[in-house]
Amino acid sequence: MTTLRFTKDHEWVRLDGDLAVVGITDYAQSQLGDVVYVELPEIGRRVEQGKEAAVVESVKAASEVYAPVSGEVAEVNEALAADPAMVNDDPMGDGWFLKLRIKDPKELDGLMDEAAYKRLVEEQS
Amino acid sequence: MTDWSRAVSTRPPADLAAPLETVTGNRGLQIEEGLIFEQGSPGRCGVDFADPPPFEARLGGLERQGAIGLPGLSEPQVVRHFTRLSQKNYAIDTGLYPLGSCTMKHNPRLNEKLARLPGFADVHPLQPVSTVPGALALIDTLAHWLKTLTGMPAVALSPGAGAHGELCGIMTIRAALEARGERRSRVLVPESAHGTNPATAAACGYTIDPVPGNPRGRVDLEVLQRKLGSDVAALMLTNPNTCGLFENEILDIAAAVHAAGAFFYCDGANFNAIVGRVRPADLGIDCMHLNLHKTFSTPHGGGGPGSGPVALAASLAPYAPLPWVVHGEDRLELAEHKVGPTEQAIGRLKGFHGQMGMFVRALAYMMSHGADGLRQVAEDAVLSANYLRARLDGDLSLSFAGPCMHEVLFDDRFLKDTGVTTLDFAKALVDEGYHPMTMYFPLVVHGALLIEPTETESKASLDQFTAVLKALVAAARSGDGARFHAAPRLTPRRRLDETAAARQPILRWRPESAHLQAVE
Amino acid sequence: MRYLPLTDPDRQEMLAAIGVDSIDALFADVPHQARLDGLLDLPRTMGELEVERAISAMASRNLAAGSVPLFIGGGAYRHHIPATVDHLIQRGEFLTSYTPYQPEISQGTLQYLFEFQTQVALLTGMEVANASLYDGATACAEAVMMANRLTRRGQAILSGGLHPHYREACETYARFVGFEVAAQAPAPSGGEDLAGLIGRDTSCVVVQNPDFFGEIRDYSEFAPICHEAGALLVVVVTEILSLGAIRPPGEMGADIVAAEGQSIGNALNFGGPHLGLFASRDKFVRQMPGRLVGETVDADGRRGWVLTLSTREQHIRRERATSNICTNSGLCALAFTIHLALLGETGLVRLARLNHAAAVRLAERLERIPGVQLLNQAFFNEFALRLPRPVAPVVEALAEKGVLAGIPISRLYPDRPALADVLLVAATEMVTEEDIDRLDRELREVLS
Repeated sequence: MTTLRFTKDHEWVRLDGDLAVVGITDYAQSQLGDVVYVELPEIGRRVEQGKEAAVVESVKAASEVYAPVSGEVAEVNEALAADPAMVNDDPMGDGWFLKLRIKDPKELDGLMDEAAYKRLVEEQS
Repeated sequence: MTDWSRAVSTRPPADLAAPLETVTGNRGLQIEEGLIFEQGSPGRCGVDFADPPPFEARLGGLERQGAIGLPGLSEPQVVRHFTRLSQKNYAIDTGLYPLGSCTMKHNPRLNEKLARLPGFADVHPLQPVSTVPGALALIDTLAHWLKTLTGMPAVALSPGAGAHGELCGIMTIRAALEARGERRSRVLVPESAHGTNPATAAACGYTIDPVPGNPRGRVDLEVLQRKLGSDVAALMLTNPNTCGLFENEILDIAAAVHAAGAFFYCDGANFNAIVGRVRPADLGIDCMHLNLHKTFSTPHGGGGPGSGPVALAASLAPYAPLPWVVHGEDRLELAEHKVGPTEQAIGRLKGFHGQMGMFVRALAYMMSHGADGLRQVAEDAVLSANYLRARLDGDLSLSFAGPCMHEVLFDDRFLKDTGVTTLDFAKALVDEGYHPMTMYFPLVVHGALLIEPTETESKASLDQFTAVLKALVAAARSGDGARFHAAPRLTPRRRLDETAAARQPILRWRPESAHLQAVE
Repeated sequence: MRYLPLTDPDRQEMLAAIGVDSIDALFADVPHQARLDGLLDLPRTMGELEVERAISAMASRNLAAGSVPLFIGGGAYRHHIPATVDHLIQRGEFLTSYTPYQPEISQGTLQYLFEFQTQVALLTGMEVANASLYDGATACAEAVMMANRLTRRGQAILSGGLHPHYREACETYARFVGFEVAAQAPAPSGGEDLAGLIGRDTSCVVVQNPDFFGEIRDYSEFAPICHEAGALLVVVVTEILSLGAIRPPGEMGADIVAAEGQSIGNALNFGGPHLGLFASRDKFVRQMPGRLVGETVDADGRRGWVLTLSTREQHIRRERATSNICTNSGLCALAFTIHLALLGETGLVRLARLNHAAAVRLAERLERIPGVQLLNQAFFNEFALRLPRPVAPVVEALAEKGVLAGIPISRLYPDRPALADVLLVAATEMVTEEDIDRLDRELREVLS
């Protein structure tokens, strides 16, 4: 069973061994509109929980994507360069942004589970 | 006698068929036009020169090899091409351009004539200064008008546009602080500010600290006072602000900023509302850029060129960028280096001396209006915006109660439950023959619509605009969604796919794309 | 007043509709102390005739280039602009239109900017160009800042052959934006060793070709040296017409080209408005400053154009923008596009040849004057001469005789006495045989 958690800024994180896969939620992509470009960090960069890890661009806006947990960037989704639409089409799967090698899995405890996130989205809509 | 007139019908047919599909894709006067690269012929040329007699080149063996790839067209083809292109553009000359904060006023043609006088247009910036006293006189005269209108003792004329002027202003502020031995790290910027403000401050290494507005649409003075501190370099304020409102607490704001040892920068984009009625210096402003292409009528030219002179208080004047036009013993001089009085100048911001062509136009405009005419400009601009406010309040949702200045801000509450967005509304306005108002700016209200008529619209023009907006609001409320979602339908192009343009940028023509054009 | 359509009856009606007695009520938010009750101390309104007289009087005090022989270059060049250009740019739909943010009603502007971007890319031999910047000097500063972003380094090396105004602009930006420039000393006779200066913090090396003294060099072997050291090569071109005759920067390995486009389509205008050109590689496009026009299709599938990649710009990114730039040089870019469309390949190459021929003829005449030495190995339409005495008074004396002989280097380098005897001379297609005779004769006389 993989752990799936959500942040209040509409990022999701899924634990896959010692790697945390990060992306933006379906609600986020629908608010953003057509994604045209994703600015991904360099491999090896250290990111802190709550700080900017990537930028996702639509035609009219550029939004920061904050790291849900702290860690070191191990992998980025290179396929997004050629096909940024994947973020819109499959935000929870193929539209993933990056994978972090994390030190402290306990950071996930402070994040929302799927049910709590669903409630947040309902409130905001 | 034969009655010839019976053979010819002089009335339109009673039955109008469906819109015509033409062979060319043209629609009457609206003509499809390809790229110049698709029309060229090798060897053809629209200019006639004789070849020079043979000579020995001295290009160091670095002659260009191979073709550049430029198309060859004759003069008639070029004239037709660009004429057709022009016919696809909306312009001030076409109709009202209610763009908030852009001040789309009439561009007088006298200005164009005077800017083209050989004594201005055909003069090299590096001619001996003794051969251009009239150019320096023009610059000095313009400076005098700007200083008088702003009440400030100095003005830097070299910045090439408004944003460049903002950069100039923030640089002089930093230079002044450094001369005081201070390094401050923050710049306060209202949340309603134009994007160039934070972009400029950030470019100069400052952290942006946003200041929210109060329920009356003005800067929240209490929050501002709390945020001020000894690490604040400046407040960047627009006045009237981007909601079209005069910052009535501005004297208190200025006092608070100065008490903290910071500088008061004013974005002068909205100067049209107060020119001749208020001097920025009297509001405590230290530094203000002006947009000659807004308040002073120099043409927007499809996006430029502009000119962004910066009026400076005495505390900032020593840091003005080079060159300065200075009063010498018996004539005007051009100070181009950091020597003596210009020692502390921040240096150059661009080549040569500034946007001379725009100076001539702006001065012609100012002289045409005079002190009385310019004051009337501000009054008519404010009157027209308030007239629209009074007539449209209730049809559109006014964001802030009470009088506005030269522009009026609405938000999209009036479109609630209609399924029509601000964008859709604006596109329907395009079908009605108008350029839309500024949309989605400022960011402090939802779905903003910012309308600035300017003083060069007749009352009839304002009344017609009002009528159209009222009719569109009624259409939106009555569920006529198609009018909006499919709009615009009557323009040279319908809504364009901006997503595709950003995902797969095609930023130039390439020879290989010729085959794609044929497929179309 | 002729530009104000509202009449007093209109104003009364409008005030009534608003529900106020006078216009002053609408200025109630202005603090009392700041209200101007009377008129400012400036002249009153003037009719067209009066304004014409006043401003023409100022214009007529200047010695315009059309009336005298002119040999001045130094980053702004006098060329013949076909009559068509000015007529077309004054069409109201071009002159008085706004930035093309509403593409459906701005296809004219967007299409010509797309053509402009293509022309600039072709001329410079680069992959992509933007829709113009203010001028060459600001384009140069923007190029350095772009190189800093791309390499994440903070030091730029500026060749001594870079136009001093461009160097000064870079120095101003460096001081306030927070990077370093290592500006090399000007060397009219060459001998600069830039390769040896490249270090681990070098983001770019900026060279100018032809350089400020008119010299033309081949940088194709220098480009790989920069790249191996992790730095970018920025090439500046101040006389864009030279690219009709010499190898373009793109073929020499340039990463960014920052140029001045005034020579094509635009008058001297005493230094402004001019036209900044900016070109680079496709892979760097997201770090480019300024506006970009891109091709797309509309709802009916027809080809059209839009402003694109706008998320680089200030109105979206605000403090994270690649630059704070808002305007481009719109109408100046249009003039360039039209003029270059008229010239075409054949015309541009021929015009460039005419320029070079005029300069060669002039150089041959002047280098025969006793004591005058040509410093260039190669040149396009501008070259440097060493005179047997300080140049500034010579140029002043020639101006009094009605010949605008060139630029004394001391005007731009007042603190380099070794350059006080160097004169920068340009010759374009506007220079006649009579002009050359005149300069030769007058210069000989002044020097004897």
